[in-house]
Amino acid sequence: MIEVRNLTKRYGPLTVVDDLSFTVQAGQVTGFLGPNGAGKTTTMRMIVGLAAPDRGSVTVSGRRYADIAVPLSEVGALLDAGAVHGGRTAYDHLWALAASNGLPRRRVGEVLARTGMASVAAKRAGGFSLGMRQRLGIAAALLGDPRVLIFDEPVNGLDPEGIRWVRELMRSLAAEGRAVLVSSHLMSEMAQTADHLVVIGRGRLIADTSMSEFMRSAGEGTVHVRAADPGALALRLSAAGAGVREGLESSLVVSGMTAGDVGRIAAYHGLALSELTPQRASLEDAFMELTAGSVDYQGVTS
Amino acid sequence: MSRALRAEWIKLRSLRSTWYTLACLFVAGLGITALASSRSARDAYADAGAAWDPTAHSLTSYIVAQLIVGVLGILVVTSEFATGLMRTTLTATPRRHRVLAAKVVIAAAVAVVAGQVLMVGAFLVGQPLLGRQGVPNADLGDPGVLRAVFAGGLYLAVIALLAVGLGTIMRATAGALATLVGIVFLVPALAGLFPSWMAGLFDFWPTLGGAAALATVPDPNFAHPWWNLAGMALGVAAVLTAAFVVLRRRDV
Repeated sequence: MIEVRNLTKRYGPLTVVDDLSFTVQAGQVTGFLGPNGAGKTTTMRMIVGLAAPDRGSVTVSGRRYADIAVPLSEVGALLDAGAVHGGRTAYDHLWALAASNGLPRRRVGEVLARTGMASVAAKRAGGFSLGMRQRLGIAAALLGDPRVLIFDEPVNGLDPEGIRWVRELMRSLAAEGRAVLVSSHLMSEMAQTADHLVVIGRGRLIADTSMSEFMRSAGEGTVHVRAADPGALALRLSAAGAGVREGLESSLVVSGMTAGDVGRIAAYHGLALSELTPQRASLEDAFMELTAGSVDYQGVTS
Repeated sequence: MSRALRAEWIKLRSLRSTWYTLACLFVAGLGITALASSRSARDAYADAGAAWDPTAHSLTSYIVAQLIVGVLGILVVTSEFATGLMRTTLTATPRRHRVLAAKVVIAAAVAVVAGQVLMVGAFLVGQPLLGRQGVPNADLGDPGVLRAVFAGGLYLAVIALLAVGLGTIMRATAGALATLVGIVFLVPALAGLFPSWMAGLFDFWPTLGGAAALATVPDPNFAHPWWNLAGMALGVAAVLTAAFVVLRRRDV
């Protein structure tokens, strides 16, 4: 379990993390979400003591990170897949890490096997693809069989199969009762992995909520309707209090009304429908809406 | 602490660059000794006259050896900063002084062993070659020889520690190496330009007073050459102290 309390970090005049508090519970995957530059990586670096907070505190399993006797067996962290010396083999890299925490050497073989890296154990990390480096970083995180896992953008550079593997790994680690914190700037990725969401923007907490809660608050969604006479239907629906706008190919997008109600109104007025599709609000949209005010680098669509 | 030591030892020996650097140390060190023991040695002997010190002549390869040992010491630290590995290392060992202490011990141990072997080798390669040129040469058993050779190994170990300190403070290979070159080469070369009050400092400076113990014929300027070497070690200890402080305080 990770407890972040009133964490603040400044770099010169810039406040990168601003009075941030949240808790990462055991037994679930907590998605740590925010646009680029929101302060996710800085927060994670403060959790493992690489950066010192200006204010606030972080504890892992109730202790300051630096006070943990065998850190790798408490927290496994993948913060930067590139953080490997290219001239060292995967095996030696992990062996040195294991030795630094007094872990038995057999753990190296075990984590290499679990991450599918056994066949390249004797190869130098400099020749690894980004995906292989991610796997090596995950292997390093698993080395001490830790109760808390921290992954910063673990699917970056992975192919679809690798992404699915990481997703399943996260789920299984959480199912084993571990606390898993995963950062991402992609909502769609989190939607399939996380039980809980911590959303930040410009270093501030925007949302700290369960995934299901977030889905509900994402809105009831819209209904796509196609009718023989769209004009008449639009009139009837807006009279009934729904929001109606034109969609593609003379369809209508109805908000604030369920598909069932749209169908009933159409039937009552004798209007023929050719399509009636409820659309769940996209999490991506909800996320964008949530963080719209806190994006540092915004592109313009022309 | 022993865990950190083991980890650093695995890291150092699992890199090919470590072994290349050590090979380079011996090739350059012994090569320069051999070259310096050719015909040119006769001129050196003629110039030196009564002050001719065949032991010191063979050990002068320390001048280049200190740079290579320095590179090794610098890389022990900066290779981790350059690749980002330092973040992984300090996550695994959050008590940062342990990491640096382990690096200091490993670098010193490797440098003292390699330096000692190199200095003995330089002596053993150099003396017979000097003999072939017909200039007076020395034997390992001669008075003061073993002490001078031993001082050479010790001197190189101290330079390795200076390099570890500089690497930790600068965090970049180029910066640390430039500083080391400035300390061991440029400052001694320009020593004559500095004001006289700095002469006291030069008594303990690498390549200058610090290396006075690498001889059998006493230099009238340095009556107690071991004190000069000890003074240099003290200065390096100060640099290392600064390294411990900045490593503890800085974000990585």
